[in-house]
Amino acid sequence: MRIRFPEEERLPAWKIAFLQYTIAVAFLMLLGGYWRLQIGQHRLLLDQAERNRIRYLPIIAPRGRILDREGRVLADSTPAFTILLTREGGAPLTPARIEAIARGLRLDLEELQRQLERASHLPRFQPVVIKSLATPEDIAFVESHRLEYPEIDLIQVHQRIYPKHQAAAAVLGYVGEVSEEMIARRGSNYRPGDVAGRFGIEASYDSVLAGRDGTRRVVVDSRGREVGSLTTIEARAGNDLRLSLDLDLQMAGEALLGTRPGAVVVLDPRTGEVLAMVSHPVFDPNDFARRIDREEWKRLTSDPLKPMMNKAIQAQLAPGSVFKIITGAAALETGTVTPSFTISCPGAVTLYGYTYHDWQTGHGLVNFHRAIVVSCDVYFYTLGKLLGIDKIDYFAKELGLGSRTGIDLPSEEPGLVPSPAWVQKTFQRKWWAGETISVATGQGAVVVTPLQLAYAIGGVASGGDLQRPHLAFRDQLQAPGKDSPKDSERHFPLSETTVDALLKGMWGVVNENGTGAGARCPGIEIAGKTGTAQVVSASLRQSSRDSAFRNTAWFVGFSPAYNPEIVVSVMVMQGEHSSVAAPIARDVIKAYYDKKLLHRTAPDERQAQIRLLSRLQEGAAARPGSPGKAGDSH
Amino acid sequence: MRKSLAVHDLDWLLLALAVLIAAIGVVEIYGTTAHTALASQYKRQIFWVAMGVIVALVVSQLDYHLILEHSPWLFALCVITLAGLLLGGRSIAGTRRWLHLGGLTFQVSELAKMVIILVVAAHFADRRGNSTAWRDLAKLGALVGVPAVLVALEPDLGTALTFFPIVAVAIFMGGIRARHVVALGLLFALILPLGWHHLRPYQRERVLTFLNPSQDTQGSSYQVTQTRIAIGSGGFWGKGIGNGTQSRLGFIPVSRADSIFAAFAEEKGFVGTLFVLLLYFALLLRLTDGAQMARDRAGAFLVIGIASVLFFQIVVNIGMLIGFFPIAGIPLPLMSQGGSSVLLTFAGLGLAMSVKMRRILN
Repeated sequence: MRIRFPEEERLPAWKIAFLQYTIAVAFLMLLGGYWRLQIGQHRLLLDQAERNRIRYLPIIAPRGRILDREGRVLADSTPAFTILLTREGGAPLTPARIEAIARGLRLDLEELQRQLERASHLPRFQPVVIKSLATPEDIAFVESHRLEYPEIDLIQVHQRIYPKHQAAAAVLGYVGEVSEEMIARRGSNYRPGDVAGRFGIEASYDSVLAGRDGTRRVVVDSRGREVGSLTTIEARAGNDLRLSLDLDLQMAGEALLGTRPGAVVVLDPRTGEVLAMVSHPVFDPNDFARRIDREEWKRLTSDPLKPMMNKAIQAQLAPGSVFKIITGAAALETGTVTPSFTISCPGAVTLYGYTYHDWQTGHGLVNFHRAIVVSCDVYFYTLGKLLGIDKIDYFAKELGLGSRTGIDLPSEEPGLVPSPAWVQKTFQRKWWAGETISVATGQGAVVVTPLQLAYAIGGVASGGDLQRPHLAFRDQLQAPGKDSPKDSERHFPLSETTVDALLKGMWGVVNENGTGAGARCPGIEIAGKTGTAQVVSASLRQSSRDSAFRNTAWFVGFSPAYNPEIVVSVMVMQGEHSSVAAPIARDVIKAYYDKKLLHRTAPDERQAQIRLLSRLQEGAAARPGSPGKAGDSH
Repeated sequence: MRKSLAVHDLDWLLLALAVLIAAIGVVEIYGTTAHTALASQYKRQIFWVAMGVIVALVVSQLDYHLILEHSPWLFALCVITLAGLLLGGRSIAGTRRWLHLGGLTFQVSELAKMVIILVVAAHFADRRGNSTAWRDLAKLGALVGVPAVLVALEPDLGTALTFFPIVAVAIFMGGIRARHVVALGLLFALILPLGWHHLRPYQRERVLTFLNPSQDTQGSSYQVTQTRIAIGSGGFWGKGIGNGTQSRLGFIPVSRADSIFAAFAEEKGFVGTLFVLLLYFALLLRLTDGAQMARDRAGAFLVIGIASVLFFQIVVNIGMLIGFFPIAGIPLPLMSQGGSSVLLTFAGLGLAMSVKMRRILN
């Protein structure tokens, strides 16, 4: 192909100049754009680049163990894996990816989306826990999809295990993922996905048990693969916590209460140490260590017998006749009557125009001692009338009722001792004189917890020394419950004659064929007081519709009668009569002494065995050789 | 016509600028791949640059008139090869861009770019006066349109787009009537929606991301964001060679190819950006000055075509990294890794040198 190339046909100079200016302008604009990024936004973008490559991986601190008083393990931790999701770096988290991850880890997609939603306000470099306690299949999924899903990662955590399952479960509580309120709380260091104590000792001693999580700062590439490690802040393990609980006694209490709904509290009134605390029915805390499924949670929370409740400190029930000890103490201490005050019980009495019936058809002539032994209602109606509500109210409160004991557990209930002021405040009405009569026998609005009754009766038996109940020992004791008394002990001295009359009466309840004869145990001095109550706390009212649970059976026993070393409060929710409660208390006390005796004799027995063994060895040695040695042993 | 090929007549400065830019590219390719399985890539690049220099020198010795006379054949060959690729080419990563010759693969679209420059220059060689007639526009449209459509179907829209500035600048240089500009503008406005309709999903996404980068949560916005982070985190002095975390840890996609300038900007900072932009600017000025000196229209249009295609690629590539343009698969001439691109860029520079050498009339 021929082309003509005429020469001297130059392009107009202005067009080339125009082109060159265009180039210059374009380059200046480029330069401007780079200036804006590299100078203007340098700091911001450098920060983002750093966050891109640096990932913070938590090192979870192992949680301290919970031990009983002899060091036996009640709660322990075992290594497990949790799956984390990093929302920064790597490919963007599209809905399709989230769905694929949910499928791979067999997670509920909606739940996962909600979790990510909740975490959306947190710094993006902070990973989100999407599955705690991964199964071997989950771990395999993460390991085999590292390239596809670099955003998911495994970290080692510690799964809580409770080797005794339901034993003392209501006391120990459980751990679980922190709630949103816990994170939002002022001064909280919790992050979503953190595991913390949610109930019981696990909650109240979380700061002791939890330790402090560490952090590993690692460099990752765009696929989330670790390419280097920067700094590591080691985790600090949580401390072990030893409780005053005696596992043997706890197990005895668990077995004795059995399948009956109720509670057993065992206290050492000299120190306030809680030796056992049983609440039935109850959850298995191991279920919470794994993420509990919705069905199970629903079952636990909707059960009318409230398995999620520690009935020893949260069930507020009318104390029934156990309260007569308070009324009696008030009557003697104020000099309203003397122990010789005697009435004739016809089975009913009319006061303020109402007829109040005794629980029996008539006790005949009863003095103070007899009134306690047979639990004569008419006698205490009369004392109530003579005392008036103010004095009963004063003594009840001074002896530890109507307010929280301050035990180192969360969610203790205060109970209630009604007073004219309370009635005015709550119902805007005057106190009815008849209410005093009800309160005097532990009915009406007065409600207590099983722990309070153990505390109060133990206090009376100790002559007015009330030791605040506690589960941790003094050196680790902290976080007493809310509204707790400031001092760990309280003195409300009762006169010797008052205490003597009350203790003799309570000894008679058990040993003089009284209402608590079921607690009698040959060889062990047990005193106590029974109670049967019709009124149940509002929270338990629903369950009481069923006539089978209408009555609450109480027995508070202690041993020995003077200066007791053990108080046992037994509450049975569907107990028709207090007679179901007394034998439980008896057997717990028996278990206590059996163990004590065993411990006391054990060293001697051991020595005897050692002596026997050495004698046999010597004998074996003596037979072939020197016979004279046998005479040395003594 | 004097045909002296004196060594001192060669445009050594132009060649030196090109080699310097290519050397910077090699260092950066080495930097971003040294720790990976692609660690030997920089050696290949050195090889291609060396080959490029040889090609430039060889081409500069050829009389461009001769080449222009053969350009229709080259064009036909090019179109047939492109069509053949579409029909029977081996697909690599979903596209049919590469022609396999022995053990080597060759990107025919890069060659097409050069050939279009040649045929456009040949078209304008003997056009006088200040206007381009409708007939000329139609012919130029076909010259650029046919290969562009074939390349776009590979699909390689980015390279196809680089064909248009060649003809646009040529028409501007050749002269055009105002009503033709208006007509072309209208035609373009009509084609635009049609073109949108034929874009592939990822291409549409890139355009949308460009128009609204903050809204998108999909991949292409991620790419834009990470590239911005890389460039911005470099700051004034840069992080230093080998310290670019964004490029080394893989946050910037293909940091040795289309995004090489982002990797460079991260490690050498604004100072480096300024330096390389100045080098490119000098290169383009040197080229366009050469156009002024060409002995005939053919030579001038040849150089202008080469300059305009380089200019377009440089601005779009460097600009897209900071969000001035949608992400398009356009390599940065001389710096980006890729044998075809390097070789043909040097060939183009060789042509420009050839034109310049023959400027002196005897």
